[in-house]
Amino acid sequence: MTLDREQVFERVEEVLIDSLGVDTEDVTKDATLSGDLGAESIDFLDIVFRLEKAFSIKISKGELFPDDILNNPDNVENGRITPAGLEQFKRSMPHADFAEFEKDPSVAKVPDLFTVDTIVNYVQAKLAAA
Amino acid sequence: MRWIWIDKFTEFASRSHGTAVKNVTLAEEYLADHFPGYPVMPPCLVIEGMAQTAGILVGEARDFKENVILAKIRKAEFDDYAHPGDQLRYHAKIESIDESAAATAGEVFRNDEIIGRIDLIFSYVNRSNSVAGLPTHNFVFTDQFMRLFEDIRGETDGQGATP
Repeated sequence: MTLDREQVFERVEEVLIDSLGVDTEDVTKDATLSGDLGAESIDFLDIVFRLEKAFSIKISKGELFPDDILNNPDNVENGRITPAGLEQFKRSMPHADFAEFEKDPSVAKVPDLFTVDTIVNYVQAKLAAA
Repeated sequence: MRWIWIDKFTEFASRSHGTAVKNVTLAEEYLADHFPGYPVMPPCLVIEGMAQTAGILVGEARDFKENVILAKIRKAEFDDYAHPGDQLRYHAKIESIDESAAATAGEVFRNDEIIGRIDLIFSYVNRSNSVAGLPTHNFVFTDQFMRLFEDIRGETDGQGATP
């Protein structure tokens, strides 16, 4: 499937509108799924299912939204992500922008890594590799 | 209390789709209050009927070994009510399924007319992902439920494997 970034964004936007009941104007590239768009844990699963359908791709568990990194005690210390944890996040999420997060890598800010742009980056990479 | 909102399956294709029917009858107590003088089946109970139809489909896909809980109502649209004397037909199909969850798409027919569309997400709950407070045994597909399932399974049309 050949789609340019704008086309990918439009389909991602549609997925998020359907999944989260948000309006078009809410879905900006920097919008965070949890903070800005109100996604709850089950919504992430819904989003994955919808993306698979919208782009005819298969998304393995934890591929788009890694869910096991915080469970490793070596990755968290006093509510902050350790350097090892940060490295693991970066390896697992090459589609995310860590510039802001690295300044204050607290556990509470992990959800901010999941933005609309994160999804668009992921889908683009996935389609390119197909 | 029997909390079963489908009467029988008329079609059951394992890991794919299924259809269950529900006959709406004036003998059902809730119709006296919903609404007095204008008995209609509450849409939330129609959703429950679809959740049971689709949930059984999703549970059967794992041989009923894991609990299945309704996690999200993706969509619930209704064009009209069901009245006493109507037969509802819930048609559910599995759209996506993985190790932790399944998404289903469903249509509700009143007699032969489509009156609703209900899409759901179910989570599999097992020992590895259960949350505090939830029992670890199978509290959804109990022996009592399985007996009930035998009762409502009906004569399936043989599409795919039947449970």
